[in-house]
Amino acid sequence: MARADRGLTLRARARGSAAGVTLLAVLPIAFLAVFFAWPVVAILRLGFADGGVATALAQSQTWELAAFTVAQAAASTVVAVLAGFPVAFLLARVRLRGAGLVRTFVLVPFVLPTVVVGLAFKALWPDGGVFTIVLANAFFNVAVVARTVGGLWAHLDRRGEDAARALGASPWRAFRSVTLPALAPAVASAAAVVFLFCATSFGVVLMLGGARYRTLETEIYLRTVNLLDLSGAAALSIVQLVAVLAALAIGALARRRRETAVRLRAKGETARRPEGREWWVVSAAFGVLALLLVPIAALVVRSFATRDGWSLAGYRALSTGGENGTLDVSGWDAALNSLRTASDATMLALVVGVLAATTLVALRRAPGRGARAAGEVMDAALMLPLGVSAVTVGFGYLVTLGDLPWDLRTSPLLVPFAQALVIIPLVVRMVLPVLRSVDERLRQAAATLGASPARVWREVDLPLVARSLAAAAAFGYVVALGEFGATSFLARPDAPTLPVAIGSLVNRPGELNSQMAYAACTLLMLVTALVAMLIERLRAPQAQVGEF
Amino acid sequence: MRFLRAATALVLAATTAGCTLTAGEDEQSEGPTTVRLATHDSWAAPQEVLDAFEQQSGIRIQVTKQGDAGALTNKLVLSKANPVADVAYGVDSTFASRALAEDVFQPYTSPEADRGPQRYSIDPRHRLSAVDVGDVCVNIDTEWFSERDLPEPETFDDLADPRYRGQLVVENAATSSPGLAFLLATVARYGEQGWADYWQRLKDNDVQVVSGWTEAYTQEFSGSSGQGPKPIVVSYASSPAAEIGDDGEPRTKALLDTCYRQVEYAGVLEGTENAEAAGKVVDFLLSQQFQTTVADNMYVYPTRDGVALPSGWAKAAPLPEDPASLPGEQVQAGREGWIEQWRGLIEG
Repeated sequence: MARADRGLTLRARARGSAAGVTLLAVLPIAFLAVFFAWPVVAILRLGFADGGVATALAQSQTWELAAFTVAQAAASTVVAVLAGFPVAFLLARVRLRGAGLVRTFVLVPFVLPTVVVGLAFKALWPDGGVFTIVLANAFFNVAVVARTVGGLWAHLDRRGEDAARALGASPWRAFRSVTLPALAPAVASAAAVVFLFCATSFGVVLMLGGARYRTLETEIYLRTVNLLDLSGAAALSIVQLVAVLAALAIGALARRRRETAVRLRAKGETARRPEGREWWVVSAAFGVLALLLVPIAALVVRSFATRDGWSLAGYRALSTGGENGTLDVSGWDAALNSLRTASDATMLALVVGVLAATTLVALRRAPGRGARAAGEVMDAALMLPLGVSAVTVGFGYLVTLGDLPWDLRTSPLLVPFAQALVIIPLVVRMVLPVLRSVDERLRQAAATLGASPARVWREVDLPLVARSLAAAAAFGYVVALGEFGATSFLARPDAPTLPVAIGSLVNRPGELNSQMAYAACTLLMLVTALVAMLIERLRAPQAQVGEF
Repeated sequence: MRFLRAATALVLAATTAGCTLTAGEDEQSEGPTTVRLATHDSWAAPQEVLDAFEQQSGIRIQVTKQGDAGALTNKLVLSKANPVADVAYGVDSTFASRALAEDVFQPYTSPEADRGPQRYSIDPRHRLSAVDVGDVCVNIDTEWFSERDLPEPETFDDLADPRYRGQLVVENAATSSPGLAFLLATVARYGEQGWADYWQRLKDNDVQVVSGWTEAYTQEFSGSSGQGPKPIVVSYASSPAAEIGDDGEPRTKALLDTCYRQVEYAGVLEGTENAEAAGKVVDFLLSQQFQTTVADNMYVYPTRDGVALPSGWAKAAPLPEDPASLPGEQVQAGREGWIEQWRGLIEG
């Protein structure tokens, strides 16, 4: 009976909100269509027009590249998940002074330009090969795992575990059969994102792989940028796309059964002092943090070291444009510019991402297979920008965006747009699980009491997702701050971001340029930490029972 | 309350974001004609010189960087139906033949072109004007050799000599433009038949291949600030000018017998609506004012006659007199095959 009733209300509401859903979906779909699908399709079509795609697909070399790409990404993902898990535990379950600092600290690697991290890893392990590629990829992505998994873990009701322990399960068994299954959706989400980041990692593979190791991403870059072999690049892009879709499908399968209303608790209730063997996990977490610190410390040390001993010259140079005008603007201006661009990109991504997530929730609730299927397709499509080469998108912009009434190709606006493209999938992944876990009955109650759909969203959904929205904003902001691939493609020289400025500085001879580059890296890390702390401050006072 | 706070934050952020989005657009108000200049990542010019040009001509140059010379060329080719700029500067002799074959540029003869740049002319239709010369040469750390009483290497053959085993670091020819130039230099020196043998000898002599110039020069090379382990590196003829010690003596030196000539060109793009102003920008790039800045700002040599090099360059970084070069058509025809063969050789 109850089910039938629910069906009736749903259908009644569905009629009224069908138009609403379409309206919600317009902006995200239009954004993705113009800034992602159109450019990518255009560049692939150019490749097909040249002919030879089939030949390139038939080459064994193509499949060797694909195999190596998937293998290194999978290995990197495993390492990142293994390293991220203890840190997630530390963040979620341990009552610890300075936990906020740790939360912020794990984000720092994420923003560092790959070229400087590549140099640091190269200095630490000169002949590492695949080993260093995997390590460096994991270095960048530990934050994704630690924060995504830690975020859910912190709110997981602890009583299930305690009950299992009381019934005689060992801590390991309780973890395996109670905690781990509950964490599965977060782990799957994080792993999918990390896999995509690693599969398309460019600078790391290029630098640490030397001439020996290549991936689909580096080869697409080479074929597009250096050789203008668009058909070869198109073939590789298609292989990349298929691999990415397969990874997404696996991730979605793992998520599907789990993404339902889980009983969530406030963080304060679940954290406590570690006991017994938990100390091992805590030490492992600190071990991981120490390892993360090694390349970072190496960068900071280099910012002070000169041929003639220690010096602050690099930091003083931040108020200039480097030796002989390497940059058009000072290092400080580049930092301000980074902040501005990242604000724009984050705002844009939040608006588009939240609309998209709301649409996805509405589509799943809507009756009929068509709507659900549309939801699945849209969900996958939203993730694609993470799995497609920045070069493909960038060159696609070149051949398409000039046809818009207003030529965006050389506009400063394009930078936040391109950055938003990378952040939107992350926003969706962070907001969607929470939106879906909101109890439908709350919405129904509000609707029954006469609230319009917009008001229901404002008064039920928004307060409940505010926290994950803040987390998504912080994370998105950090991703935008560190974005290099697309930004270096699009940023104008009179308005470089910090990572782009660092890239220019290390590309010049002269000791001061190199010093300034490392000083700028330190500045970038500080800015990142400050911004992340500031955004997280927004949500701190809300930590009370029942916030979900 | 919570909602209120979030909403306030959102509105605040939205207004500040709005400011930043619109701030960039104010520039395009009334006033000077704007000419869009597409160039490579190494572009650097003093703002005073650009401002002076704007004062004098009423033309504001809006610069966009489009990657290295290869990326720039390919982007121009891809967008030729709807060009991203009015003028392009930075297509080099390695890629010029592709740009010319694809009709990216339109003919333009600058009145400044016969004051030196004509020596590097490559197109009978005058679509490209030579702005600067930036030769790629092997650089060595002179102190490293004097400390070890080892004679400095001088030629390509020396690099394959067992005495210099494990001392050379080069850039990947597939991913780096100086790397490609060095490969072309060996093709020019040993011929299409012989270069692969030479590289085999380099490989047997433990040459190290890294992805790009930054890594090779600032990390691996012993003569730069990174003070790496390798005393021999592929870089530019001008690099020693950036490595002058406190005593005024250069710490490094370019081997002038190993140089490959790279000329960088500028031209008016086909399909621009502003060809006249675009031509004036080409004139500016060839003018005395601009040419005097290129050495200090971009570490390249001016093409214009009578432009003085910065003090110190005469000693540390003279322009190579007899560099190797290959005809554009040969490069265009052979490049891809050579790179493929080179990769096979290095990886195999």
